[in-house]
Formats: sequence, structure tokens, C-alpha cells
Amino acid sequence: MPSEFHQKAHETLANANLQLAVFTATGRLKDKRSEVVGIGQLPDYQELRTQAHAVKRHAIDNLDHYLELFERNVAARGGRVVYCKDATEVSDFILALAHERGARLIVKSKSMTTEEVDLNERLEHHGLESVETDLGEYILQLAHQRPYHIVAPALHMTRYDVAEVFTRRLHVPNETVIEKQTALARSILRQKFLAADIGISGANFLVADSGAVVIVENEGNARLTTSAPRIHIAVAGIEKVIPRAQDLATFLKLLARSATGQLLSVYTSFLSGPRRPGEIDGPDEFYVLLLDNGRTRLLPDKNKRQSLFCIRCGACLNTCPVYRRIGGHTFPWVYSGPIGAILTPQFMGVQQEPDLPFASSLCGACGEVCPVKIDIPKILLELRSDVKKAETRDKQNRLEKLGFRAFAWLMTHPRLYEMAGKLLRSVGVPSIQAGPLRAWTSQRDLPPLPGRSFREMWRRR
Amino acid sequence: MSRDYILHRVRTALGRSPSQPIPDPPPARIRIPEVSLDARVASLIAQVEALAGVAFETSDPRASIASAIAGKTVIASNSPYLAAWGIASLPGIQSGITGREQLRDACATADIGITSADYALADTGTLVMLSSPAEARMVSLLPPEHIAVVPRDRILTGLDELFSILPNPAAQSSSMVLITGPSRTADIEQILVRGVHGPGRITILVTPG
Amino acid sequence: MGQRVSLFVTCIVDQLFPKIGLAMADVLERLGFEVDFPESQTCCGQPAFNSGYRAEARSVARHFLDTFESSPFIVIPSGSCTAMIAHHFAELFHKEPETLARVHSLEKRVFEFSTFLTQVAGVEDVGARFDDIVTFHDGCHALRELGVRDAPRRLLARVRGLDLRELSPAEECCGFGGTFAVKFSELSGAMVRTKVEAILRTGARTVVSLDPSCLMQIQGALSRAGLNVRTMHLAEILASR
Repeated sequence: MPSEFHQKAHETLANANLQLAVFTATGRLKDKRSEVVGIGQLPDYQELRTQAHAVKRHAIDNLDHYLELFERNVAARGGRVVYCKDATEVSDFILALAHERGARLIVKSKSMTTEEVDLNERLEHHGLESVETDLGEYILQLAHQRPYHIVAPALHMTRYDVAEVFTRRLHVPNETVIEKQTALARSILRQKFLAADIGISGANFLVADSGAVVIVENEGNARLTTSAPRIHIAVAGIEKVIPRAQDLATFLKLLARSATGQLLSVYTSFLSGPRRPGEIDGPDEFYVLLLDNGRTRLLPDKNKRQSLFCIRCGACLNTCPVYRRIGGHTFPWVYSGPIGAILTPQFMGVQQEPDLPFASSLCGACGEVCPVKIDIPKILLELRSDVKKAETRDKQNRLEKLGFRAFAWLMTHPRLYEMAGKLLRSVGVPSIQAGPLRAWTSQRDLPPLPGRSFREMWRRR
Repeated sequence: MSRDYILHRVRTALGRSPSQPIPDPPPARIRIPEVSLDARVASLIAQVEALAGVAFETSDPRASIASAIAGKTVIASNSPYLAAWGIASLPGIQSGITGREQLRDACATADIGITSADYALADTGTLVMLSSPAEARMVSLLPPEHIAVVPRDRILTGLDELFSILPNPAAQSSSMVLITGPSRTADIEQILVRGVHGPGRITILVTPG
Repeated sequence: MGQRVSLFVTCIVDQLFPKIGLAMADVLERLGFEVDFPESQTCCGQPAFNSGYRAEARSVARHFLDTFESSPFIVIPSGSCTAMIAHHFAELFHKEPETLARVHSLEKRVFEFSTFLTQVAGVEDVGARFDDIVTFHDGCHALRELGVRDAPRRLLARVRGLDLRELSPAEECCGFGGTFAVKFSELSGAMVRTKVEAILRTGARTVVSLDPSCLMQIQGALSRAGLNVRTMHLAEILASR
């Protein structure tokens, strides 16, 4: 009985149009990245990666210190940090604040963390209007769909899909010209920005020595979200902390190049607290919600802890031969691709999604492009071991376990191994093909069996 | 309290006790290349143009702007630098607004927003703008076109030099924005569209000083 | 008497592609090495390790350590098996200091075949001849875990009559991935078909690689598609005269 993951993967592989869209779009992003990280364009690339990894390692290894430092500095600038254990605490805080301030309309800039906690659904359930303002996220919100990719959320949709969504949800005439679709979204969202009571953003980085939130974007919607309304709430995972503003000289050089092949994204905002006396615009209130939601579960293992270094560039998705073919919706959680494959089992428990760590050929391309040098393949291998330990403990998949014990036994008894080989060659490949044999031959031919093994031929030399 | 709960979980996982001192962080990596001012100006202009922006040197920004704004609704920030060049007083330009709502309305209806900039970054074609009484956020954000006037000696080599000069931006302002080219998206079919929410046209005038 | 080197042919070569092992032995002997084959060898344990069965992998790894205890050089016609031994054995025994010490000694003595030729034997021209249009597939373990990129190309460049064409896109996984090939067979098939398309674009009639498992995957797809392109191991090319 194929799992949901297998089923979804199969459907995506069978959808030729979707295959083309995802493979081409990720290919483009992959190539664009390659163009700007080469030895000619960014000679320091490998050094920067090493530095970024070291800074993240230090920040995460001393996370409590930096969270408290961040908190103190946010308060010093007139803002407030709120620690949230889970999704409920995030929405509870925002709902209470909205209620207190009589707020009805919220604008949101792109944040995977808010996807993680289903924030919009919760807010809307309580009668608030919460509007996504990143173009791709806005389209998805109208279409009631999840993001397909960490950086390019509507990767899977064509202009015709967008036209259909706009017509159906906005009651506008059918429009398939992309510039016009964008202009329509712009004019609708502009009104929302200017009327909104609260702006909710994510954060790419939380700068501990400054009490600042750093937001990286191309459209300008995050700038508007964090500048037009009177209240700005940034929601970020606790792992986003970096020690110093100066560390941005390293991280910003890596982020946009890795994500889209740009040298820098169009807008990088460094926001600390509400507007200062004399500043004409900017929010009057500034909150940073620091979210756990299971991140603390990834801290105890010194090696797997590096899963939290991720700066959400999406490079691993764009280079992964598996993601490029099965896309983001095959994955069970908001984080997809190689990073999703290591985060999801660690957050949910390995037995929730036992397929994920195995849905990889371990080619290592992800580890090679990760700007913070997360050793994704190594963690995948460890997770595989964790899955099998859990299965052994729960007496699941016993046949497979037995098979590998037999394998180990055979491989530690050379004469028996040799005999088994001889038997295979004399009996041949069964014409009734089941299990792994059938899986193999469904896609390619089997190699012909040689008459003799190497060792037999060696002896006759 | 969630704060105590989360911090406790973090410490337990890391094997740290409250207020335990931390080892020294890896030194911040700041490498400032040696680039002449002329080369910086040239690089800034080339990078901005590569992003479909416009950038040029001028010793008469007032004249350049006067021709650009003909027939348009224009808002200028309260930057003393713009005032010194006589830009703020050009006919047809609104400036000197200090009220939040009034400024927002002016920006929302303007065709062009004119600002100065604190710095520019030569290697990426970036403007660095800190929010202040003289420079409000909306002027470079709401109008569909942005014109920035930057003195050439404010052009830095890049991020490393910026964070070397300004290691603590939060001490200066509630907002520092790095602006690199016109607003853009490729969210639909990876087709590039400019001017999504922020300005779709950007012009940088580099002045002598 | 020449320097002694031991062959670890790998279980897949031993049982399915013996000619690769013989070719490797030929090349080494022609270069003056004394080649031996420790008979108790079986497998490096990678199938168990990659499937998450570390205890089982450990027992196979111990057997490997015993088999090759006294081999000064161990030459392997596989990037993935070499990477398993050189990088992952240490992970398996990180809790056993004595075995770990033996592993660290072993790590210095194992060599992927092309690396052995260029770095230890110090040769690039082995006197081979192979008249054909050839393309080279970089197996992921050799490429990314062992950093092998130039060595096979330098060796191929000295083969008389050989016209080497590069694949584009380069450095793409063939989709084998061990049990991935059968657990996610549709995906694996999609990946290898992309590889086959790239191969056809080069006009090559022979595909060469360092890894027998990649060759098995690619050959299986070429045959299924009825294409007149063959796969050969680097050792077989270098043994050709």
C-alpha cells in the first residue's frame, strides 16, 4: 500500500505540464545561482560559506544567550519580544492585541514561519482580514493553496491558472497578461497597505546586538507591511538569531546569490523598534514573536542541530534532482526539498514520515550548494538509521530487517557469500519478478549475469 | 511563562546554565577592497544600469531633475541635502511635509519621490537609506518612480565597508533600507515584472559633493 | 618485485561485472604492481548503511577491516565504495576507540582506482588505445565525497583514439542511489532517462564511469530504450589496447 508521499510523487511525475514547469523553473534558478558564485564572480564564496556556518554554529550553540541579548536590545529600542511555544500562542497574542487596538485589517509579507503555524486561517477564523501581499502568496491565498517552493511560492501555476483564480475570487474579467495581472494585484494590495491596522512580517535574520529584524525581498511589500500600519509584528523562529549586524556582511552576500542569482535582493530592511522621535513614518508599536514550535527538539543532537542553520534560500530545492521532479506539494509540510526532508522528521518524529529520509539518491548536490554548509546528506543518513531503530523497536518492517541481517551474515561469511553468488548465477533471474526486482525492471533492463564471478576468474588466471 | 519554558528547553538541550558566559564568537568577517573613488562611481553606475535603473554623474542635479519632473506630481523628502541643491524648491515639488498622514497621502498620489541617500554601495548598485526626520520611509516607497541624489564621497565599496562604518545601524534609526534596483517579481511563470509594490523606475544622480 | 597492491573489487563487480576487476588488475600489473586479491573480501557494507541498518553495516565493516589489515594499498573500482570506507566507517565506529584507530589507518590505504593511478602511481598515460566517441559520467560519491573530477579526465585524455565529449548538464545524478533505485523506482527512472538524453546529445557511443552501480543504472536504461550505446568502466577503457 503506497504511502501518501509515494502517491503524490507518482501523480506529479505523471503530470507532464507540472513536470516541465517545476523542472524548468528550478533549472533557471539553479543556473542563475551558478552564474554568481563562481570563482570569477565571488572568489570568496567558499570562505563565506565557512564563515556563515561558523557564525550560525556559534549562535545556535549559545542560543539562550543570544535570544536574551536580542530581547534586551529590542526592548532598549522601544519594542517588545514575545516568546511563543506554538501556533496557538502566536495567534492568541495577535488576536488579543488586535482586539485591544480595535484592529480589523492585517497585511502580511511572506513568511514560511507564519505558514508553519497556519496564521491566516486562525486569524480569519476569528473575523480578522489577513491579506498576503507578496504576489505569489497573494495568488495562493486566493487559490487556497500551499506554497510550492520556499522562494518561488507559485512556481507550479501558469498565467492561465492565475487568470482563473483572479476571475473566480476577485470577480474581474479574464486577464492572462502577466503585467496586467501584477498591476491588478498591486492596486488592490495598495489599498490594503494604506488601510491596514497591523503589518505582520517574517524575518530572515534576528540581529542580537541590535535588537533588529532583517527582511529581504524584491517587491517592496515587506517594506510597506512594516512601514504603513501603526503596528508591526515580526514572527520568526528562534533559530534566526545571528550575533552581530556585522555578520550581515557575510550572510547577505550569500542569501540572494544562492536563492535567485541576484547580487542582493531589491530591498533589505534592517528594522529596530518603533519609529524614533522625529521620524515621520514607521510603526508606533513593534513586536517580535519568537517561535519554538518544536525547534528546541532539534537542539540536543550536536550534529543534527545544524538543520537549524538554514537561511531559507531555496538553493537545495533548485539543485535537488528529486525535488525538481516531485515538487513542493508532494512534501507533507510547509518546508519541502532537501531541507524539508531533514526538518520534517525531526519536528514531527521520524515515524510520522518514514519515507522522507529515503526519498533521496544521496547525490550530495544539496550539501554542495548550501550557503551555510549544512551537511544534509549526513543528516539524511542519520535519520534513516533513526527510522530503522524506531521500526525495530516497534517491530515494524521485520522482513526488511531480517533481509539485512541475512545480508550482513552472508557478507561476513565469504564462502557462503560465494556459494550464494554461484546459486544466483546458476538459477538465473526469476521470470516471476516481485518486489525490488520488479521495481527495477519497471524502469530499466537487468544486467546479464556473468558465467563466473570475479574470484572464480581470478583463480583461473 | 513561555519565555522561561523556551529558554529552559534551549539551555537543557545545549547543556548551558542561565547567564553562563559564552565562548568568543568567530570574528566578524569584514574585508574592504581598495577601490578608487572614480572606480566606485563607475561601478555604481554600471550596476544600477544592469538592473534597468538609470544612474549618472551631474554637477547640476537641479537641472536634471527639473526636466525629469515636467508635468508630474512630485514629492521630495525633507533632506537638507536636497534643499542645499535647490531641488526641494523647484516648482511643482511638494516638500517640507512633517505630518505622517499628510506625507502618506502626498506619496500615495505622487508620480515621483525624490530623496537623498546616506550611502551607496558600488559593487551592487545599492542605495542605503536611514529613516530620519529628514528622510521618511514612504518617499522612496510609494511613488512609482524614485530619484535619489547621492554625493560621490558617500559611495562605499560594498557591504563590508558599510558595516565597518556603521556597525550599529540601530543606534542611528529605526529603519535602514538597502535598495538595489527597481521593485520586481518573477512569481508568475518566472517572467520578470518591475514595479510591483515599490518603485518600478529608479534614478540615481551622483553629485560632486 | 613491484609494490604490492590489493584489489577490493566490490561485491557488485565480483558477482555481476567481473571483467571490470580483471581490467583493473591488468592495468595495475602492466604498471609493475604486484596485485593480490584477499579472498575473504565481500562487501563494504554500504547497502546496509544507506538503508539505515548501522549495526549490520558495522559487522560487514569489521570483516573488511580484518580482510585488509595488512594491505598497504587497497585499490577500488568504485567511488561509492571508496567513500563508504574512507568517510563512513569512522561514523560507524565513533564509539569504539580501538576499532576507530584501525579505521583511521585503513582510510589512508584505500584508493579509488583513478586516484590511485594519478596520485600514487603518478601516471596518466597507461598506454591504452580506444577508438570511439566517449562521454564521462561523474558518479556523485566520487565527485562530491572524494572530490574526484580531474583524475579520470586526465587519464582518458591520454588514451589514443579516444574522443572525449562532456555531458551537459554536467554533474547530474544518474538516479541509482542504492535502494533508492527500487524504493523510488519511478523517480530513479525519470532521473536516468534525463541522463540518457544528455548522453545522446553528446553523440558518444560509449559512456564511461568510475562506478559500476552508475554503469548498471545507465546501461539498464540504454538497453530498455533500445539504444546502441554501451557503458564501460574506466578500468576497461584503460586496459584496452
